[in-house]
Amino acid sequence: MLAYVGRRALLAVFTVWAISVLSFAIIQLPPGDYVTSYIAQMASTGSVVSEEEAQQLRIQYGLGQPYYVQYLKWMNLVVRGEFGMSMEWRRPVTEVIGDRLWLTMVVSLAALVLTWVLALPIGIYSAVRQYSPGDYAATFVGFIGLAVPNFLLALVLLYFGFVFLNAHVGGLFSPEMQDAEWSGARVWDLMKHLPMPALILGLAGTAQQIRIMRANLLDELRKPYVVTARSKGLTELRLILKYPVRVALNPFASTIGYTLPYIVSGSIIVSLVLGLPTVGPLLLKALIAQDMFLAGTIVLLLGLMTVIGTLISDILLVWIDPRIRLEET
Amino acid sequence: MAAEPLLSVRNLKTYFAQDEGLVKAVDGVSFDVAPGSTMAIVGESGCGKSVTARSILRIVDRPGRIVEGEILFRRGEAATDLATLDANGAEMRAIRGAEIALIFQEPMSSFSPVHSVGNQIDEAILLHQAVSRRGARDKTIEMLRRVGVPSPEERVDQLSNQLSGGLRQRAMIAMALSCQPTLLIADEPTTALDVTTQTQILELMRQLQKEDGMAIMLITHDLGVVAEMATDVAVMYLGRVVEQAPVDAIFHDPKHPYTRALLRSIPRIRSRTRERLTPIAGSVPHPFDRPHGCSFHPRCTDFIAGRCDASAPELGPAGPGHAVSCFLYE
Repeated sequence: MLAYVGRRALLAVFTVWAISVLSFAIIQLPPGDYVTSYIAQMASTGSVVSEEEAQQLRIQYGLGQPYYVQYLKWMNLVVRGEFGMSMEWRRPVTEVIGDRLWLTMVVSLAALVLTWVLALPIGIYSAVRQYSPGDYAATFVGFIGLAVPNFLLALVLLYFGFVFLNAHVGGLFSPEMQDAEWSGARVWDLMKHLPMPALILGLAGTAQQIRIMRANLLDELRKPYVVTARSKGLTELRLILKYPVRVALNPFASTIGYTLPYIVSGSIIVSLVLGLPTVGPLLLKALIAQDMFLAGTIVLLLGLMTVIGTLISDILLVWIDPRIRLEET
Repeated sequence: MAAEPLLSVRNLKTYFAQDEGLVKAVDGVSFDVAPGSTMAIVGESGCGKSVTARSILRIVDRPGRIVEGEILFRRGEAATDLATLDANGAEMRAIRGAEIALIFQEPMSSFSPVHSVGNQIDEAILLHQAVSRRGARDKTIEMLRRVGVPSPEERVDQLSNQLSGGLRQRAMIAMALSCQPTLLIADEPTTALDVTTQTQILELMRQLQKEDGMAIMLITHDLGVVAEMATDVAVMYLGRVVEQAPVDAIFHDPKHPYTRALLRSIPRIRSRTRERLTPIAGSVPHPFDRPHGCSFHPRCTDFIAGRCDASAPELGPAGPGHAVSCFLYE
C-alpha cells in the first residue's frame, strides 16, 4: 500500500515538473521578452523605466541567457513563492492572484461536495427503484441539468433572484464585505453566498454523476454476490450500501482528478456572469492582454491542482477497490 | 414420509409480471423435505428450480412475487409459514442465513470482489450470533479449517479472486454453515467446477451433513449428482413438480413419462456398446406459451388425446413415499 502511494507520488512530482516546463514555454511564447513589453507598456501610460531598472529586471529573469538558465531562474523564484510581475496590473502575480486562489478552491470544493451529496443518494435511489416515479423524475431533472448551459442557468437565477427576492445573488460577498479584512463575519458572509454558485457550477456534474451511479449500480445489483449478501439476512439498506455501492463508487473516485481543474477553467463564463472573484476570469483576461507571467502562473497552479486531484483519486481508488493494489504488485 | 417434515412447500406459485405478459415461473409446486435428508430438485434449465429456492428464502427479484401457496418451515415444535412473512422483515431476516442458508452456482462471483472473504463470513456470524468481532473472526477461521481450506489464518484476509474455484466454493460453504442452519439450499453448487473438485465438494457437503445433521435441498440438473447425494428426489417441469419419490424409486421405478425420458437421455457406464441415447422430443415451451392441460403433453410419448390436453393432472400417490402427477396413474 505504502509502496503504491509512494510510486504514485513520485509520478506526480515528475508530472508537476513537466507542467512547469510547459508553463514556462507559455510565458516565452509571445514575441519580445518581458522587459521590452514592460517598457512599452509603461511608456504607453506615460511613465519611464530607467535603464538601471531595466537592467535589474533583465538580470533577475536571466533574459538574454539560454532558455534553461531562464527556466531555472524562474523556477528559483517560483519555489520561493515569487511568480514574477503581472504587466497588466503592475503588481506581483502573487498579489494579483492572492485570495482568488483560495476562493476558487473553496468554490470548487463546494461544487464538488454538492455534486456528491446530491448525486450519490439520488443515483442509488434511481437504480434501486428503477422505473419508479422517483427514478423518472430524477432522470428528467438530470437530463435538463445536462442540457442547460450553466451560464444560462446563472442568468436565469440572477434574474429571478433580483425580481422576486430583491436579492443580488452574484459574487461571493455582500458589497460591504467585498474588501473587508478576513473575519468571522466575512467567512459567514462567504458561507451565505456559496450555495448558489456551487449549485450552478455543480449541476451539470451532478446530472452526469447520477446517470453514472445509476448505470453502474444497476449492473452491480444483478451480480450474484448481492444475492449472497441478501441470503445472509442483512437489511436491504445495509447490504446495498456495503456491497454494490462500494463497487459502483469507482468512477466517482476516478473523476476527482479532472473535476477540480474543470470547475476552474470550465466555469469562466459562469464566473463572469456571477461576478465570482475566482481565477477563471483572471486567466481569461491575462491571456487576452498577453500578461504572460500571470497566465503561466495560473496554468501552473491549475496543473498542480490536477495532479493533486489525481493523486487523491488514485489513493481513494485503492481504498475502494483493493484489487487495484493486487494488480500493481 | 414418517417424520414431520422440516420444510413443506404447498402449492407454491411465484409469478413475474413482465411487459410481455405473466411468467408463471413456479406454478403450484409441492414437496416435503425431512430433517437431515437430502432432497434433490431436478429439472431442465428454466423449469423454476432456482426461483423455488429463492421463494423459500424470500429473495425473489422484482417483479417476481409469491401469489399463492404455503412454505411451512418447522422451527422447534411450531411451523412458520414463510410465504406470509414480510420478505425484508426482522423475522424473515433472522431465518435467512441462520436457519436456512444458501450456496449457489457461481463461486466466481458469489463473493464481493472488494471485501476479504473473512470479512464476509464474519458478517454472517455477527449478524446472527452474540459474539464479539474477535470471536467472529476466530469462528470464521475455524469454519474455514473445517471445510478444508489450507492455512485459513492467511486465507481469511484474502480477496475471493485470490482463491481457486474449489476453495471459493469451500469458503462459500463455510459461510453458509457458519450459523448451523437446519436447512441448506444448494443451487447447482458444483456446476461451475471441474469434475475432480466437484467430487471433493460433494464429499465435503455429505461429511458436514453427517456432522451437523442439517437437511440439504440440492438443486441440480445432473442426475449423477442426484444418485450420489440424494435421499429423495422431486422432478420439476415448467414450474411444477411432476414426480416426487425416494431416490431408489426414481432410478428404478420412474413413473412419470418425463422422468422416464430424462433417465433414457443420459448415458450409462454398463450399457451395451453403441446403444443410442433417446433425447426428449421437441423443446421446452416458451413460458408465455404454456401448453393447455398437462404442460408436458406435446412432448409426451404416452399422450392421451382429449385427456392430457384438456386438463392438468394433480400430484397423487403412486407407491410408498412416491407421488406422481400423470393421468396414467389415476
